[in-house]
Amino acid sequence: MSAHSVTAASRKAKWVAGILVVLYAVLTLLPLLWIISTSFKSGPDSISYPPKVFFQPTLEGYVNLFTTQARASAEDLATLTPPEAWYDEIAWADGMIIVGPSRFGQRFLNSVIIGFGSTFLSIVLGTLSAYAFSRFRVPLRDDLLFFILSTRMMPPIVVAIPIFLMFRSLGLSDTHAGMILLYTAVNLSLAVWLLKGFIDEIPRDYEEAALIDGYTRFQAFVKVVLPQAATGIASTAIFCLIFAWNEYAFAVLLTSGNAQTAPPFIPTILSVGGGIDWPAVAAAATLFLLPVVVFTILLRKHLLRGITFGAVRR
Amino acid sequence: MAEIALRHVTKRYGSTVALSDLSMTVPDGAFVVLLGPTGAGKTTLLRLVSGLEAPDAGDVLIGGQRVNGMTPAQRNLAMVFQQYSLYPHMTVRENLAFPLRSPLLRTPPAEIARKVNEVAAMLQITHKLDNEATALSGGEMQRVSIGRALVRQPAAYLMDEPLSSLDAKLRADLRVELKSIQGQSGATFLYVTHDQVEAMTMSTNVGVLDRGRLVQFGTPREVYEQPVNVYVATRLGQPRINVLPAALFGGAPPGAVSIGLRPEQIVQGEGEASFVTRVEHLGDQTRLHLSFRDHDIVTITDAHTPLCAGDMVKIRPERPHHFDAAGDLIA
Repeated sequence: MSAHSVTAASRKAKWVAGILVVLYAVLTLLPLLWIISTSFKSGPDSISYPPKVFFQPTLEGYVNLFTTQARASAEDLATLTPPEAWYDEIAWADGMIIVGPSRFGQRFLNSVIIGFGSTFLSIVLGTLSAYAFSRFRVPLRDDLLFFILSTRMMPPIVVAIPIFLMFRSLGLSDTHAGMILLYTAVNLSLAVWLLKGFIDEIPRDYEEAALIDGYTRFQAFVKVVLPQAATGIASTAIFCLIFAWNEYAFAVLLTSGNAQTAPPFIPTILSVGGGIDWPAVAAAATLFLLPVVVFTILLRKHLLRGITFGAVRR
Repeated sequence: MAEIALRHVTKRYGSTVALSDLSMTVPDGAFVVLLGPTGAGKTTLLRLVSGLEAPDAGDVLIGGQRVNGMTPAQRNLAMVFQQYSLYPHMTVRENLAFPLRSPLLRTPPAEIARKVNEVAAMLQITHKLDNEATALSGGEMQRVSIGRALVRQPAAYLMDEPLSSLDAKLRADLRVELKSIQGQSGATFLYVTHDQVEAMTMSTNVGVLDRGRLVQFGTPREVYEQPVNVYVATRLGQPRINVLPAALFGGAPPGAVSIGLRPEQIVQGEGEASFVTRVEHLGDQTRLHLSFRDHDIVTITDAHTPLCAGDMVKIRPERPHHFDAAGDLIA
């Protein structure tokens, strides 16, 4: 192991670094804070000028996001029994009646299924092929690797029309399977290349020891290589999820109802009725952020652990 | 426990020939030490036997059975790697238990615990059992790596310089320990080392490798006393054998080009005059560096010798080895 000589930072340097970090955090977190706070504002508060920093928080935006409502006149409301559920009360106060759930919940679920499904598939296929490329004498290895990388050299949307036609004739349009397949295909090149880099760093010695210790090649891969590739797998998974989660263009093109994900759906909230319901849009954006954030936090342990230097004498 | 045999084995890495047409038989229950400098093919030989590498030509036999196509697991051998190769994501205990948990053995947990504790006690690493494998010193890692081989009863043990990182005392302890394991279990050992004490004290047979060829195979005494050539002669012996022009002393047989003198083949106090250039006191012995007709000779003398640089010592060769122009021993 090589020792890095790092001189201790001076007090002043620490202060300057600290201030820069705080400034950067404020700069990047402020828009998020704005969106999150808007999602808890009432309609009038959300568009008041100057913007309100302190306001009466309400779940109105979230209720509007998840429900379909009908406007009722004061006379109609008077004839109805007052609502019992808290969300009915919120709508009631605005002179609205909830007539059913909106499509947001289902679209969000589609995003979760397609995003995590394609991430899982990309990681499984990516890890296996990266391992093969890293360890075995694959014929035309470099050419294959270059070919895999080349699929990333143009923006995927360039091939939108052929894919659209293929999907239509294969019956994959607007299906979960179709979208999982598409995002996996796009992510796989990234996954193979990233993971190959990580697996190349793991010395073969460990697998060889496991082979001698009575394990098959695949068992050695699962028991010895995978645990050490955890860092690489975690970070690759995050990249794959972020792409699949945020993808907009293909989702607009290939999905309309059944398998539509959240990104093409959210903008449709903007054009409901007369004015734009900013709190509902902000609520959608806030909820949309959560899965990637939660996923990243869950994998944080593996990301921070870094690459083990291991117990191999070099 | 099984005999290991190599038949006309050749292994190339690109254009370099690591082993060339090598044949060797490690008898059942033998302790064979492989000697040779770096690059002689010792590690390659172990890897071929273990199944981590496949020979380009020739056969590997274990217990009389040809194992060329078999996986390492099917060959049922234990190996101690020169670079330790401990599993870094596991504790010492898990490392030691790993071979016992293999699908081939499926040892019951109580049995695993017993064997792991037994091996840990022998290797003096009991207090480290719950440490991460990466949080050990080099010597401790090496002991865990030996332990991982010893928890099993394989057909044979392959060891690649297993004691190289240990301090002198531990090395001496483990030498005795490994030898007694071999004695009790009757296990076959194929053992690579640079250490000549290990070679002389532990082995039943020594194999000397030179650039991918087996130059000599025999008991340590044979290899030491009747080396087939100069190269083998220089592999064993501390201080090294002195190789001098044959004409320096009289009485060389016809064809002899050089003469090999080990310290015990140099009689002091009679013969021709040489001069002391340096005296090294090593404690249990004293090395005498002599200059004899402009040739340097290193020999051993009495630990409490009064000699010092510049003194004159008479020397005479006694039953020396004679080598011909190719370096081969003249019988």
